[in-house]
Amino acid sequence: MTADTAPILTVRDLRIALPEGADRPFALQGLDLTVHPGEIVCMVGESGSGKSLSAGAIMRLLPEPHVHVAGGKIIFEGEDLLAKTEAEMRKVRGNRISMIFQEPMTALNPQKTVGWQIDEVLKLHMGAKRKERQAHALEMLKRVHIPDPESAYNAYPHQISGGQRQRVMIAMALSLSPKLVIADEPTTALDVTTQLQILKLIRDLQKEDGAGVLFITHDFGVVAEIADHVIVLRQGEVVEQGPADQVLNDPKHPYTQALIASVPDLLPPPPKPVTTLPVVLKGTGLRKTFAARGGLLTGKRKAVVAVKDLSFELHQGETLGVVGESGSGKTTVSRLVTRLLDADAGAVEVDGTDLLACTPRELRGMRKHIQMVFQDPMASLNPRKRVVDIIAQGPIVHGEDPDKARARARDLLELVELSPAAANRFPHEFSGGQRQRIGIARALAMEPKVIVADEPVSALDVSVQAQVLKLLADLRDRMNLSLLFVTHDLRVAAQLCDRIIVMQKGEVVEAGFTAEVFANPQHPYTQNLLASIPGRTWTPPYRKTDAA
Amino acid sequence: MLIYALRRLLQAIPVIILIMIGTFLLLKLTPGDTVDALVGDMGGADADFIARMRAEYGLDQPVWVQLWRYMVKLATFDMGQSFVYEQPVATVLMDRLGTTLLLMATSLSLAFSIGITLGAFAARRAYSLTDNLISTLGLVFYATPSFFLSLMMMLLFSVKLGWLPVGGIKTIAGFYTGWDHVVDVARHLIMPTAALSLIYLSFYLRLMRSSVIQVADQDFVRTARAKGAGETRLMVHHIMRNALLPAVTLFGLQFSTLLGGSVVVETIFTLPGLGQLAYQSVIQRDMNTLMGIIFLCSIIVILVNFLTDLLYARLDSRIELS
Amino acid sequence: MTVLDTDLRPAEPPRYVVFWQRYRRNRAALLGLGLFAIVVLMALTAGLVDPGDPLRRAGLPLLAPFVDAANPLGTDQLGRSILSQLFYGARISLLVGVVATLVSIIIGIVIGALAGYFGGWVDDLLMRITEAFQTIPNFVLLLTLVAILGSKIEWITLAIGIVSWTAPARMVRAEFMSLRNREFVDAARNLGVSNTSLIFREILPNALPPIIVYASVIMALSILLESALAFLGLGDPNYASWGNMIGQGRAVLRTAWYCSAIPGIAIVLTVLSFSLLGEGLNDAMNPRQKQ
Repeated sequence: MTADTAPILTVRDLRIALPEGADRPFALQGLDLTVHPGEIVCMVGESGSGKSLSAGAIMRLLPEPHVHVAGGKIIFEGEDLLAKTEAEMRKVRGNRISMIFQEPMTALNPQKTVGWQIDEVLKLHMGAKRKERQAHALEMLKRVHIPDPESAYNAYPHQISGGQRQRVMIAMALSLSPKLVIADEPTTALDVTTQLQILKLIRDLQKEDGAGVLFITHDFGVVAEIADHVIVLRQGEVVEQGPADQVLNDPKHPYTQALIASVPDLLPPPPKPVTTLPVVLKGTGLRKTFAARGGLLTGKRKAVVAVKDLSFELHQGETLGVVGESGSGKTTVSRLVTRLLDADAGAVEVDGTDLLACTPRELRGMRKHIQMVFQDPMASLNPRKRVVDIIAQGPIVHGEDPDKARARARDLLELVELSPAAANRFPHEFSGGQRQRIGIARALAMEPKVIVADEPVSALDVSVQAQVLKLLADLRDRMNLSLLFVTHDLRVAAQLCDRIIVMQKGEVVEAGFTAEVFANPQHPYTQNLLASIPGRTWTPPYRKTDAA
Repeated sequence: MLIYALRRLLQAIPVIILIMIGTFLLLKLTPGDTVDALVGDMGGADADFIARMRAEYGLDQPVWVQLWRYMVKLATFDMGQSFVYEQPVATVLMDRLGTTLLLMATSLSLAFSIGITLGAFAARRAYSLTDNLISTLGLVFYATPSFFLSLMMMLLFSVKLGWLPVGGIKTIAGFYTGWDHVVDVARHLIMPTAALSLIYLSFYLRLMRSSVIQVADQDFVRTARAKGAGETRLMVHHIMRNALLPAVTLFGLQFSTLLGGSVVVETIFTLPGLGQLAYQSVIQRDMNTLMGIIFLCSIIVILVNFLTDLLYARLDSRIELS
Repeated sequence: MTVLDTDLRPAEPPRYVVFWQRYRRNRAALLGLGLFAIVVLMALTAGLVDPGDPLRRAGLPLLAPFVDAANPLGTDQLGRSILSQLFYGARISLLVGVVATLVSIIIGIVIGALAGYFGGWVDDLLMRITEAFQTIPNFVLLLTLVAILGSKIEWITLAIGIVSWTAPARMVRAEFMSLRNREFVDAARNLGVSNTSLIFREILPNALPPIIVYASVIMALSILLESALAFLGLGDPNYASWGNMIGQGRAVLRTAWYCSAIPGIAIVLTVLSFSLLGEGLNDAMNPRQKQ
C-alpha cells in the first residue's frame, strides 16, 4: 500500500545463532522483511518460531554472546544497525526505535513512579528542562487516555491496572515519536475488552505519528484486527508473507493454512434440546467472599466478592461454558463446584447429593463423580510421578486394585491418543498439549459424572489447542460426558459449549444457548465482550478451501 | 506509618512472651534452683532452713504461679540477682551492653557495605575471572570459623608484627581522653570486627550476587535498556534499587546470629561485652545472668528487626503504609 | 502439515544420569565432592592409620610437622599426635554434622510442613514459636543448653540440632505455601487423596530439593558450631575435636602456631567442601540457572 515511500526498516537474510546444545542451531534462518512508514507489519508464529528474538536483534538486545546475529543486514533509515557501536545504539533505542513488551506487570520497574519512568526516556533523549519534560509526559499520558494523568504520573506501577500499565508503556514508547515501534505481544496478557482498546490505541497513535510498527503476535484474530502486512514464521523460517488480506483469506503455504484452520470460528453449534435431559450438576445460590486479611507486610486488603449468588444446572451430555474476563470469578466457580474451595453459602448437587454438606469422609468418596482438568499443563501434573501413577492414582485411592488401575491407565493413554510408551515417563518429557491429554486421562480414569475444565487450552499454541479441543469434543460425544467448561476465550466457547453463562465481577449477567447469546446478546457487557473479539469480522477461510 | 509501626510492635508481643516462658522453662530444667545455689555458697544448711528459703523465694508455689511472677518481674527488667557479681543482673548487663553494641555496629556496617559492593561487582561480571575470584573469596570467608581467623590474625598482627593489641577494649594503663581514647578503642576493635564481620560479609556478598543476577534478568531492566539507558544508569536506578531489598531483610535476620557470634570473638579478644559475659556465666553456672542475657539479646534483636522492617517498608514502594 | 501433538519426544535417560551429567559440569562442585570424599575417608580410616586413643601421649611434646616419622604432623604440648587427632576429629565433626542436620531438618520439615500446609492459626502459632527461637542468638542458646544438659557429645549434637531448625522450617513452610496451591495438589485432592498423603506423597517430594541443598549449609554450620564450642572448652573432653585442638593450641600460639593452624585448615576445607557440594547440588537440581 505504501510501497512507493522509502522503507523505515529493511531486514535482509537475518540469521540468529543459538548456543550449542539448543534444539536447533539457528533461532532464525534468513528473515526478510520491510516496514514502511505508517504500516503495521505483523509477525505471526507459534512459540519457538523465533519471532521475539528477531525483535531483540533489531534492538540489538539479544542475550549475547550466547544468542547472537550470525548474518544478514538490518537497515534502519538507511543506516546499518548491526554496524553501530553500543553507544550509538543507545541513542537509537527509545528515541528512534522503541518497544512495547508483553507483560505490563513486570515490564515496569516496581520501585519507581510511572512519571519517573516516562521521564527517563525524555531525560535520555530529549535534552529539555524538567518542567517541559513533565508537561510532555503528562501530555503523553493524556494521549493514551489515562484517566487523571496527574495522579497516574505520581503512582507506582502496582497502583494501576494491567491495562493502564500497558497504556503507560505505550506512552513511554511513543513519547519521542519514534520512526519504528516494535510491539512484542503487547496485548497477550490483557483481557479481551482491554485488548481491543489497546489495539485501537496503537493503531490510532501510529496513524497520527506515521510511524512504522512491527507487531509480534501468535493470535490470528489480532492479525485480522490490525495488520497491513503479514509474515508467518515457523521454527525460525519464513513460510509465507504478503498483504494481510491475502494471507488471511487466501493462504498459500500449508502451514499457514493449517494455522488458520486451527482458529476456532465464531459459529456456535445449533441449540441442542438439552433441557429435557436429567440434571447431573446443580449449583444453587453459591457465594464466595475472600475475606479481608491483614498480611504481615502488605497491610489490610479489602474483602473481595468473587462469586455472588450463582445458580446453574448442567444436564447429562451437555457442555456448559462459564465465560468471563479476569476477576469475573469464573475460576472460583470451578473451585467451588469441586469443593477445592469452600463456598460461603449455597449448594452443589452432584446427582442429587449436596457436595457442600458432605463430611470430609463422604466428600472423599463423592469426589470420584466430579473431576477436573486444569489450566496449567506445567503445574497440574506432579513432576515427581510417572504418568501411569498419575492416572492410576485416583482409582487406587478409591480402592481399585493397583495393577488393574495401571493397566487401565495405559488404555486411557490410548484413548487420549498417546502412545502407551508414555506410561513410564515423567511429566517433563511431554509437550504442553500432551500434558493436557494426560490430565484428561486422569479425570476420565475416575469415570466421573461431571468434568470441570478450567481453561484447559488457554496455555497452548493455537494448532495444539485445536487438537486438544477436538479430542475433548470427541470424547464428550462418544462417552456422553457432561462438561462445565470455564474459559476467557469466546472463540473456544463458541466451538464447544451448548449453553454459556457470562460472568462479570462475580455476577451472572447473561445465560442461555451459545448460539442465541452470540447472535443476540442482551446485556451491554456481553455485547461489549462479543464486540471485542479480535478479528470478529473475519471468518477463517478454511471451510472454503478445505485445507484442514 | 505510625499505624504500621504500632501493628509491627504488637506482633512482637507474643514472641516476647514466648521467650519469657522459654527462659523460665530453661531455668526450671537446670539442675538445682536458686536456693541450692545460695545454700551451696554458704556451705550447707539444715532442711528446715532450706524449706523456709524456698517459701521465701516462692519456689514452693505451683509452677504457673512461679511463671507468672517471673514474667511480671521480667517485664520490669528485674532479672534477679547475679550470684557471681553480687549485683542485680540488669546492672551487670547494662555495664556490658555498650561494648557489644559498638562491636555489632562496626561489624555489621562493614559486612553490609563491603559485602554488597563486592557482590554487585561480581554479579555485573558474572562468570568472569573477577567474579570467580570474588566468589571464591566469599566461600573461603564463609568457611573460616571466626575463632580460627582471630587466632591467625593475632599471630600475624600482634605476635609477629606487633601492630595491634591482643585484646581488651582499651589500653588499661593508657588513661586516654578525647580523640586519643577513640583511636585507642578503634585499634582494639579492628581485629574483633574483622573476625566477626568476614562470615557475614560473605553472606551479603553471595546474596547480593545472586540478587543482582536475578534482577538484571527481569523484564523492567530490558525495558530500561530498550529506552536507551546505559549500564551505569541501569545498575544504579533499576538493578541495585531492587536487588538491595533482600539484603535489607537479611540485615534483620542475621543480627541475632551475629550476637551469638560475638560470644566467641569477645571471649578471644577479652572484650568486656555481653558475649564474654555469656561465656563466663556458663562456666560459672550463673543461670540468672545467662537468662538475663538471653532476654536482653532477644529484645535487642526484636528492636533491630522492627527498625529493619520500617526501613524495608520505606524502601519498597509496593508496601502501602496507610 | 502441522506436526501432530501426540508424537512423543525421544525418551530421556534416567534421572540420576541426568543429575550426574549436570553436576559434573560444575568444576567447583567436583572439587567439593573430592574434598568431602577425603574427609569421609579420614573419618573412616581414623582407627586404621593410627590405632589407639588419639588423646594418649605419642611422642615428645611440641614436635614440629614433618620432623618425626611417627608423628608426621607433629605433636601438641601434651605430646599427642596431631595427625591422629585430625583423623579422629574428622569422625566427630562428620558425626555431629550429620546427626545435628538430621535433627534440625526433621524438626524443620514437621513444623514447616504443618504451618505451610494448613495456614491459619496453626501457621500463626508455629511461626511465633519459630520467631522466638530465631530471636534468641543461637550460640547463646547453644551455650545455655550445654550448660544445662552437660558436655556429652550426644547432648551437644542434639543441642546443635535444636538451635538450627528455624531456617529449614521457614524454608519448608515457604515451599509448602507455594506448592499447596499448585494445580497438581488440587488435582490429587480432587481425586480424594487424604491430607497426610497430600503432605507427604504429593508436596514433600517436590519441596525436598531446596531442602537437601540447604542441608549442606546446616551441615557446615553445625560443624562450625561444634568446633566453636570445643574451642571454648565446652566440648566433650573424651573425644578429639578440631575445635578443641585449636583452643588448646592457643596457649602455644607464639611458639607452635601449627598446633592451631592444621586443625583450622581442616575445618576451613571441610566447610568449604559442603558449600561447594551445596552449590553443585543446587545447579544440578535447578537447571534453569545455568549460565
